[in-house]
Amino acid sequence: MKKLINSPETFVKESLEGMALAHPDLVKVHFDPNFVYRADAPVAGKVAVISGGGSGHEPMHGGFVGRGMLDAACPGEVFTSPTPDQMLEAARTVNSGAGVLFLVKNYSGDVMNFEMAADLARAEGIRVLNILIDDDVAVKDSLYTQGRRGTGTTVLAEKIVGAAAERGYDLKRLADLARRVNINGRSMGMALTSCTVPAKGTPTFELGENEIEIGIGIHGEPGRERIPWKPADEITEMLALSIIEDPAYTRTVREFDEEKGEWVDVELTDPPFQPGDRVIAMVNGMGGTPIAELYVVYRKLHFIAEAKGLKIVRNLVGNYITSLEMQGVMITLLRVDDEMIELWDDPVHTPALRWGV
Amino acid sequence: MQTLTRDHIVRWITHAAEVLEANKEYLTQLDAAIGDADHGINMDRGFKKVLSQLPSVQDKDIGTILKTVGMALISSVGGAGGPLYGTLFMRAGMAVGSKYELTPDDLVAMWRAAVEGVIQRGRAQLGDKTMVDALLPAVDAMQKALEQGGDIVAILQAGVAAAEKGRDATIPLVARKGRASYLGERSAGHLDPGATSSHLLLKTLLDVVTE
Repeated sequence: MKKLINSPETFVKESLEGMALAHPDLVKVHFDPNFVYRADAPVAGKVAVISGGGSGHEPMHGGFVGRGMLDAACPGEVFTSPTPDQMLEAARTVNSGAGVLFLVKNYSGDVMNFEMAADLARAEGIRVLNILIDDDVAVKDSLYTQGRRGTGTTVLAEKIVGAAAERGYDLKRLADLARRVNINGRSMGMALTSCTVPAKGTPTFELGENEIEIGIGIHGEPGRERIPWKPADEITEMLALSIIEDPAYTRTVREFDEEKGEWVDVELTDPPFQPGDRVIAMVNGMGGTPIAELYVVYRKLHFIAEAKGLKIVRNLVGNYITSLEMQGVMITLLRVDDEMIELWDDPVHTPALRWGV
Repeated sequence: MQTLTRDHIVRWITHAAEVLEANKEYLTQLDAAIGDADHGINMDRGFKKVLSQLPSVQDKDIGTILKTVGMALISSVGGAGGPLYGTLFMRAGMAVGSKYELTPDDLVAMWRAAVEGVIQRGRAQLGDKTMVDALLPAVDAMQKALEQGGDIVAILQAGVAAAEKGRDATIPLVARKGRASYLGERSAGHLDPGATSSHLLLKTLLDVVTE
């Protein structure tokens, strides 16, 4: 293992320390428990948006803390969900009294830790709602699995929901928007190479010199199939068509019902894409992919979307949700309406995403 | 043996930390095959935190000790293991309350409450290829041994044997919960890391009372 680290044990902490030193105007970092939060938090009257997850996906989530996006981000160890005490302390710190929305990627650990945190925060009188992001079409789902993984749509949701919070949406309306973004977003990724978790020291999985993994997860979890290398256009087509032709997807998720005062099962359905849909397209590098290669993928995606009657109204090309040094790409398509496009265009000022300011 | 003492519990926790450290690589390798390759690392980190807090509570009642273990795990393990093992020890602690000694009845009731807490938190059922596959058969076997008049050792022996069987039975299973469920059919043929660590914990308790 060869990495720019001092030791696996200090990696996450030292990275956070560097971030705080690099962006003192935007964010502050609290240690033990660890979380990144807006330098001007709490923002009076505003619902606070908090996300989090394992480290190793940078810039997500800490790089998206700031005006117009997240109020706080809770980083766990590499590829390991954060613990409830982090989200609880973050909620206490950034809650202005208007409540807190947790945006949670659908992994069993993240879901359980955020649920425990929400229960603890509510016990202290903080209003909290949890919304899950589960957008990865690579996972063949049945009612009996954990369901789809939360991937690229998380980035787009953090931007759109963060902008809405900045505009003054109340907690309930914000949760409804977040849920709407989630059911309209779909992603799928692939890996050219593996990645190495510092604490483990060896690659998470082995890929042959000429092999690629289609449907890779952001923690190096296997996907749909392992196949010989293909040209970028063919890979892009496999990913894009898997997303665009994905049928309606129905699953049950757990959300907190404030009226009943308990967790309830909610059934959600993602409608399939239709010709005429407007979409935000993200071509995301997995951490070790040259940007020029991402544009090769975007080029083909543009033509496929056109042929399928989808109109790409906004796009994001770069490294936004990564898997350490993995080479590979993830495509996310999010069906948007006027409201979501307006929120997308709203100013954002974070370490990793900035426009309109 | 008719009573499990606080001293047993403290030695159990201390010894469990050693066992998990010794099995750190092994559990992580099991997890690498079907999950995200962090189970051994996370459990080791969690029990190191437990060890750092144990001295401050080891002269207290068993409930306080177990709840402290639970909170330490919740705040340090992360992943799914944190909430699940944290809940296991919290519920165990709540079940035994302020006792300093446990009868065979107390022991079985403690494990029953602990495992029910795990099931409630993780929503896994028997056969989902999770720690429940080791823990639930273990509790049922302990209950049976209790009803047959078994003492602490007999109860734990029955529990460990059932946990071992349940652990091994996860090999052919297709995962339905946790990150391994994303593999679908490809998760079959591998031992479940959570069921493996659960068996280790239970076996460590047996080792401590029989040493």
